[in-house]
Amino acid sequence: MNSVLLEVEDLRTTFYTDDAEVKAVDGVSFVLRKGKTLGIVGESGSGKSITALSILKLLANNGKIVGGKVQFKGEDLLTYSDKKMRDIRGNAISMIFQEPMTSLNPVFTVGQQISESIMKHQNLSKKEALVKSVELLKLVGIPSPDKRVKQYPYELSGGMRQRVMIAMALACNPEILIADEPTTALDVTIQAQILRLIRDLQKRLGMSVIMITHDLGVVAETCDSVAVMYAGQVVEYSDVVTLFQQPKHPYTIGLMNSLPRHDVELEKLESIQGNVPNPKEMPLGCRFAPRCPAATDLCRREMPELMKDTEGNDIRCWIYSEKWEGEAEVIVYGEKRIAESRRTETILSD
Amino acid sequence: MVQHTPVVGIGQKRSSPRVEAYKTFWRRLRKNKAAVVGGVLILLFVLTGIFGPFFTTGDPNATQISNKLAPPSGEHWFGTDNYGRDIFTRIIHGMGITMKVGFLSVALGGTVGVILGIFSGYYGGPLDTFIMRAMDILLAFPGILLALAIVSVLGGSLQNVIIAVGVFSVPAFARIVRGSTLTVRKLEYIDAVKALGASDARIIFKHILPNVLSPIIVQLTLRIATAVLTASGLAFLGLGAKPPTPEWGAMLNEGRAYMQQAPHLVLFPGIMIVLVVLAFNIFGDGLRDALDPKMNK
Repeated sequence: MNSVLLEVEDLRTTFYTDDAEVKAVDGVSFVLRKGKTLGIVGESGSGKSITALSILKLLANNGKIVGGKVQFKGEDLLTYSDKKMRDIRGNAISMIFQEPMTSLNPVFTVGQQISESIMKHQNLSKKEALVKSVELLKLVGIPSPDKRVKQYPYELSGGMRQRVMIAMALACNPEILIADEPTTALDVTIQAQILRLIRDLQKRLGMSVIMITHDLGVVAETCDSVAVMYAGQVVEYSDVVTLFQQPKHPYTIGLMNSLPRHDVELEKLESIQGNVPNPKEMPLGCRFAPRCPAATDLCRREMPELMKDTEGNDIRCWIYSEKWEGEAEVIVYGEKRIAESRRTETILSD
Repeated sequence: MVQHTPVVGIGQKRSSPRVEAYKTFWRRLRKNKAAVVGGVLILLFVLTGIFGPFFTTGDPNATQISNKLAPPSGEHWFGTDNYGRDIFTRIIHGMGITMKVGFLSVALGGTVGVILGIFSGYYGGPLDTFIMRAMDILLAFPGILLALAIVSVLGGSLQNVIIAVGVFSVPAFARIVRGSTLTVRKLEYIDAVKALGASDARIIFKHILPNVLSPIIVQLTLRIATAVLTASGLAFLGLGAKPPTPEWGAMLNEGRAYMQQAPHLVLFPGIMIVLVVLAFNIFGDGLRDALDPKMNK
């Protein structure tokens, strides 16, 4: 049950512009197990979408994967030819996008668009593919699918279109579904429906999901493990319960503090000061140091590695290392805590 | 303004969206009177070009020296020329040639231009630079000069005129299609079909081409007018269709010498060229307005 399906190791993706190199993804590693959901959380520009696109090798022309491995069932996808990748995309690994309003081609009917990948990957005739499209629409909970299948995207609401996108992605029973902010463009009630749908389908079809989001609520609701990304790096990687109960990285703590909660009364919601660093001029040391309330000279001077703590979770912060002197005070949900330092043992990358 | 939007009542069956879109297009096109006139004229010209020769009596090249330079009359509607050939018959036969040159050259130029433009826009990078700079070179020549150069290299015949006019239509199509492709390529559904494993060829021809079709259709119509004018111009200059082919440009050239005594020799071919060019132009303008989604209502 717990077998590893996808393993991303030290993935590095760089974009080349006329005057600069932008390291959008800088040494990202994580593991996706069969039937599980991995969340990738981060602000805009943290590299989470680029990580997903890199897995499928769908980068724009000026983007290049410069290092690392993407092991899918023991084979490195980065060594695959373009033709081999096309057989993977939409077949073994599918992806759904943020904007359901523009993710469907306006000139074809819903049925034609779902049929397209069925016909490509499963060698079915047009008629058989259309029958299957109707089944898929039913699966994703679209009422009167036999009528909807003949409609054009503009006749469907945003939620409906996202369901169609999911149907397209599921057409060939993928083993992995990458959902890139699937609910961001939808309103709140529809968001819950779509998330529930993804979870139900995941259970029924036994697939693994990579959920990319900036919404910690979505993470809490859907994920088993979470990678928190900041400025192209994973800063904290742990199971979802630990992350919410004991956030360690000051960035994660900041994110948690900026969430409204029912059980803690606060006068004012906290926010993280400052902005994401300009990717063209990354700070020398820890990338979060300029915004971190606990940052010291060490943080500003040297970049911390991703370290494993005693519970087996990964963290990229000096506070939890042996180099840290004294105690660090952090405020979690308005309550002062002493960050338990020196709990880290092994250094992951050396 | 009276709104012509079809009212859909409860329980009323709604026609399919494709039919709806088609209806909207028709409604807008019909409102534009000039475009309707242009369209009817084009239809008339095409039908004349195909079936006209079967209805005219006699051979367009049959000479009757005794009756040369006769003014328009009941017997010879448009008069006769310097060899006594019936100008009306020649005009009708010339219609087919004009239509053939117009449609074939634009079909040729359009096909090549659309393919170049779509590849250029889709792949970008060095390929884009190479194709577009080549187009710039072609555009640097005035159209008629370029066609002239091509015909003089290939030799003057109707077929070479079609090729020449086709070549000089290529850049116009390539640029328009490249622009539209750039817009469509960035839309999310292109990423979505890529993520579903579609190949480049499939994305280009199945997903991008239908979305850039409207500017192509408009350009096709407008380009035919230019093609007709250029082809006549070439024939007038003595390149292209050779006498005694009843090509309108060639007829103008032949009649030029008799303009003082028998102006009808140049008048009728001239009027016909103007009519054809005008018809395609106003129809093209109407199409552009009707196909423009921003012009709703």
